[in-house]
Amino acid sequence: MTVSEQGLVVPQSGKLDLPEYMRPQPGNHPPLDFPDYKSTALRHPKQPLVLLPHRLTEVTGPLLGESLVTMADADLTTQHAGEPQGQRIIVFGRVLDSDGRPVPDTLIEIWQTNAAGRYRHKREHHPAPLDPNFDGVGRAITDSGGRYRFITIQPGSYPWGNHYNAWRPAHIHFSLFGRAFTQRLVTQMYFPGDPLLPLDPIYNSVPDEKARLRMIAEFSIEETQPEWALAYKFDIVLRGRKATVFEGTDR
Amino acid sequence: MSELLTPSQTVGPYFAMRLPWPEGPFVVPEGTPGAITIVGRLYDGAGDVIPDGLIETWQADPNGRFAHPDDPRGPVPVGYHAFRGFGRCETAIDGSFRIVTLKPGALPFGDGRTEAPHIDVSVFSRGMLDRSVTRIYFPDEAAANEADPVLQSVPADRRATLIAVPAGDGVLRFDIHMQGDRETVFFDL
Repeated sequence: MTVSEQGLVVPQSGKLDLPEYMRPQPGNHPPLDFPDYKSTALRHPKQPLVLLPHRLTEVTGPLLGESLVTMADADLTTQHAGEPQGQRIIVFGRVLDSDGRPVPDTLIEIWQTNAAGRYRHKREHHPAPLDPNFDGVGRAITDSGGRYRFITIQPGSYPWGNHYNAWRPAHIHFSLFGRAFTQRLVTQMYFPGDPLLPLDPIYNSVPDEKARLRMIAEFSIEETQPEWALAYKFDIVLRGRKATVFEGTDR
Repeated sequence: MSELLTPSQTVGPYFAMRLPWPEGPFVVPEGTPGAITIVGRLYDGAGDVIPDGLIETWQADPNGRFAHPDDPRGPVPVGYHAFRGFGRCETAIDGSFRIVTLKPGALPFGDGRTEAPHIDVSVFSRGMLDRSVTRIYFPDEAAANEADPVLQSVPADRRATLIAVPAGDGVLRFDIHMQGDRETVFFDL
């Protein structure tokens, strides 16, 4: 390392060898302006976006460690004295990048309704009961293989004001960091066979059908625990890095 | 190899159950010598404040370094140990947010050019199916801003939306307008 005339810390070669993150294919993510979801109207940029190169600030990101998370944070059914109402479920999977590489040691945050379709939030007015034994919030850190596992309650559906008789399909919100600013993702996990999915503008805002299906968890009889809980597998795929020549020769 | 990613979905109105942390707005603890506070409000296309938004920031330390394995310049040798680089603040009922941090250093761009001190920002809210990404630049860096490759790629008449405004001792203002005459520049990441 050397310090340049401008006081910058630069590598001796003067070059920065940075990972290159791939940009998403068209149709993979939803458009910011989506009239079927009415609240997008006043909340999407109207001017063209400016291409941001992936340099130091973009290829790095917060590595939020285990100090934030305890084992108990991944079990949403044991955060109170009593057990919550509803169907106990296990939600598990791996965080991968689009090259199939696991993303280890990354923070996952989740939030959801209780079994009755009610969020514990002051602005929530759906007339369904709160559950004194369920907050609906969790955190976990992926292990060295990118794996995570939550124990929670099957969330309920709830009405929302987007259009007449609008109901959200049951879902769990997921927030992920990956290892770079480019990989930050907030998404929702849905359940297979939910009859509300074809009617939901938020789910259907994703143009690419195959990408949309990535948001539906898969029921797993293998991980279902006899006499105890159903299991759903939800793998999450973040942006991948282009293989460097060095890595290429390593394969 | 598949390039198909898990799609983005909105954070919705109830992210506040989980995502805000008490220490979130503090990239450094309040009272840290040299700390600056960035305040702002988030506005929608009707000019109304967005009271259910989430602002996240990511930046280099004052030496222009990242405590991250993909910074090819290696481990950060000296101490901003209480410096997280990351800030997170939900907007209040009046659309306001604040981040307490240290001003980042300039960065090498990798081709001999230099990036002016900047903070990357993600904006989330109900009604946003994906985050919107912008950058905060600093008003006391006119020369560095003039030479910044990213800022210079922005149409000249819109650059000012990315430069914070002095708002008192140690305070900078950075309002974010999703639409309208003063629409903030957002980036395709």
